[in-house]
Amino acid sequence: MASLNVSVVSADQEVWSGEATMVVARTVEGEIGILPGHEPLLAILAGGEVRVTLAGGEKITANAEEGFLSVQSDSVQVVASRAQLV
Amino acid sequence: MGAQLRVYRQKIRSAQTTKKITKAMELIAASRIQKAQARVTASTPYSRAITRAVSAVATYSNVDHVLTTEPEKIERAAVLIVTSDRGLAGAFNSQVLREAEELSELLRSQGKEVVYFLVGRKAVGYFAFRRRSSERQWVGSSENPQFDLAKDVAEAVLEAFLRDAADGGVDEIHVVYNRFVSMMTQTPEVVRLLPLEVVEGVEEPDSTVQPLYEFEPDVETVLDALLPVYIESRIFNALLQSAAAKHAATQKAMKSASDNADKLITDYTRLANEARQAEITQQIAEIVGGADALVVAK
Repeated sequence: MASLNVSVVSADQEVWSGEATMVVARTVEGEIGILPGHEPLLAILAGGEVRVTLAGGEKITANAEEGFLSVQSDSVQVVASRAQLV
Repeated sequence: MGAQLRVYRQKIRSAQTTKKITKAMELIAASRIQKAQARVTASTPYSRAITRAVSAVATYSNVDHVLTTEPEKIERAAVLIVTSDRGLAGAFNSQVLREAEELSELLRSQGKEVVYFLVGRKAVGYFAFRRRSSERQWVGSSENPQFDLAKDVAEAVLEAFLRDAADGGVDEIHVVYNRFVSMMTQTPEVVRLLPLEVVEGVEEPDSTVQPLYEFEPDVETVLDALLPVYIESRIFNALLQSAAAKHAATQKAMKSASDNADKLITDYTRLANEARQAEITQQIAEIVGGADALVVAK
């Protein structure tokens, strides 16, 4: 199964990166879930939780403030000026 | 002990003490370069991601944004000068200030008024000494710049940019800072920050064709949110580069100071030895002369 290449990046470091099956984030328009094969997207994050589901079913949660989400050919980048894992 | 000899010994001791200090500073700077460099590296994923996003928006939309459009007439230009808070770094601060002066000269010759934004105590001191005014100053955290500082600077700069020229706003923003090239070289760099030209010096733009993006909520809003962030990240990068370059410059300056102290110590030791020899020779001559005189007197 195709998987997503996810990285969560904050201004001063890369918070997390790895393979995942799904990413759920909150944009200004509402929650959005990203699965492999999603169309290229650039969205503004509303701040709050970003949930990343790993291949094994485990979940990673990160707090991201003031940032955006970019999806392009199965690579997802959560970019925020402040972000940390919870 | 002769007076001459004592003077030389004093000078040797003083050079030795100075050397101890400069040596310690050299080691401290060397250890801090690593850390500062690591921070520059750690911040690259962020700036790379933002640059990619901005260029994606820029290529696939013909939106005229206030931050990217060139004003018809540029009346006033702002120069953001990034220096350090402390000296003892060789030509580090003077080269960046010289570069800024040259830039101001150029801007003035184009008929633009120049206003300054200063980061670092050295730039503020330079301006205060010459009784020149500046718009905003930030001091005290240039050694270890935090993102909040970059945010603050970006905010002030953007605010000035968005204000009308008639109200004292600026139409163009330049940044002058020291870029960390290697341990041995730090070059002053001049970058025009606004109006934006989306080019990233750090990385070659990847040649793959950018896909058609969907924007949420829409292109204008995304661009509105993205461009200030891009500015922030550019300023943050400049601050980090400058901090790393400062430590490298300090290390270099302190190394040459220690080397110079070494040379002084050798030279003075030689002179002191010479003086001691001369003293001994003179004493022998006196004793021999005295003995001879006694023999003759008998």
